[in-house]
Amino acid sequence: MLELNNIYKTFNPGTVNEKHALNGISLKLNEGDFVTVIGSNGAGKSTVLNAIAGVWPVDSGSIVIDGQNVTGLPEYKRAKFLGRVFQDPMTGTAATMEIQENLALAKRRGDRRTLRAGITKKEQEEYREQLRALDLGLEDRMTTKVGLLSGGQRQALTLLMATLKKPKLLLLDEHTAALDPKTAEKVLNTTDRVIKEHNLTAFMVTHNMKDAIAHGNRLIMMNEGKIILDIGEEEKKGLTMKDLLDKFAEISGSSIQSDKVLLA
Amino acid sequence: MDLLLSFVRSLPGAFGQGLAWGLMAIGVYLTYKILDVADLTVDGSLATGGAVCAVLISLGWNPWLALLMAVIAGMLAGLATGLLHTSCGIPAILAGILTQLALYSLNLRIMAIGDTAKTKATLALSVDRNPLLVSSRYVRALAVNNPLLLLAVIVAVVIALLYWFFGTELGCSIRATGANQSMSRAQGINTDKNKVLGLVVSNGLVALSGALLAQYSGSATIDMGRGAIVIGLAAVIIGEVLLGKVFRNFALKLLSAVIGAIIYYMVITLVLRMGLESTDLKLLTALVVAIFLTVPYWKEKYFTKAKKEVKTDA
Repeated sequence: MLELNNIYKTFNPGTVNEKHALNGISLKLNEGDFVTVIGSNGAGKSTVLNAIAGVWPVDSGSIVIDGQNVTGLPEYKRAKFLGRVFQDPMTGTAATMEIQENLALAKRRGDRRTLRAGITKKEQEEYREQLRALDLGLEDRMTTKVGLLSGGQRQALTLLMATLKKPKLLLLDEHTAALDPKTAEKVLNTTDRVIKEHNLTAFMVTHNMKDAIAHGNRLIMMNEGKIILDIGEEEKKGLTMKDLLDKFAEISGSSIQSDKVLLA
Repeated sequence: MDLLLSFVRSLPGAFGQGLAWGLMAIGVYLTYKILDVADLTVDGSLATGGAVCAVLISLGWNPWLALLMAVIAGMLAGLATGLLHTSCGIPAILAGILTQLALYSLNLRIMAIGDTAKTKATLALSVDRNPLLVSSRYVRALAVNNPLLLLAVIVAVVIALLYWFFGTELGCSIRATGANQSMSRAQGINTDKNKVLGLVVSNGLVALSGALLAQYSGSATIDMGRGAIVIGLAAVIIGEVLLGKVFRNFALKLLSAVIGAIIYYMVITLVLRMGLESTDLKLLTALVVAIFLTVPYWKEKYFTKAKKEVKTDA
């Protein structure tokens, strides 16, 4: 479903701020994989995700989604394959537009925008049903401007928008990091439900090790722009926090604790 | 009493100017409010619209055709700014300034077309010699050639067209581009193309306004667009401050920009009658816009008590 072949990316090359963000990332996701990605700050988790989404071009390597090489495609053309939810609840929705208008924009992801109506009566009914499933009472506020919603509501809406048209790959970029714990859990549960319901392939970046263990069928750990650990379905079932911390210490030669201290 | 009488007598004229400038205000609304870009091209494209229309009419063209060509010329100006911004990576404000500057030279050339001179700074039209669609001479006439009638119809048609357009898939995607670019690209919207398109439509309207103004006032001049962006902003802001709470619908929001332009010209007429020189107007306009932009900012900054976020249990 997704193939990353030897991806390199350096930010600000040739300056004092030079940062080798991705150092030869290769990865293959199978259809239906739900991968969680962990790593310390600056490990390159979100950078991989942005490379897949095409926020900027990579320096070398190739990206193949569903058999199509998308390495040279701009962000808006790759959107056809991807559903995305961002860390900042403000990023995924248009605040000054109505809930139903946001959904109508997402419904047409990857389609040519024509002079046909931007939203039809029939769609509105469909959206009402979909919003009801979120259980946030948004189905009665379809014409409310999204800017009036809470962070959790906006993330749930963004999640719905990302899957309204089934994506080949769902990219989740620490999408619960900005929410309070209770809301975060609710959004995560919705995420699980949506992924299962549509049998989606998903790539979830998180800074929360517990979430990374509890969700998905595969776990990847990154460090200094490389994938240092790739745990498959069977092994992941019995995985504990301690296993992960030990593995990290073993591979990287430092422990995550000390890593955190350094970054703090 | 004399002041009041002369003010009342000049109201229809102000109304007509306001209507014609209202089209320009709609253009500014599209870029400033919807695309979130302050487009300075308009100072040039307004004069381009006037120049193209005046030259073609004086060459004997059908006035409607001349109007159409003026709109197309304005759209090309918008296209230039759009491409400078998106394809060449120049910040939007600077891209607009560059086009505006280039248009100054071009407009001088355009107005000299068909003349022995190489450049020309004014081009007079006369309702006696030229078949003008609107002329301020008949602004108080109770007849179909009263320019207010046609101007109002054109404004209504433009608002109706834009209302339809911004409800289509393409129009919605332009609104999304102005509201949130990251989101738009994630939804497969070509934000660069949409910005160019928005600038093209906006400057087409601004040129239409310039073309009608040239006919209305009986001349196109090289500096008819000087400070136009500020007048357009003044109209948009006045309309929003006065009617923003009442007018929620998109068509009404566009109308409020036109009403803002009409009010602006009425106020200008009044202060002129009170003894200000017409050359003082730019200072006055700049002050009005500065004040109207400052008030909401200060209100937010100094008079808002720790605002509670709208937060329900999600």
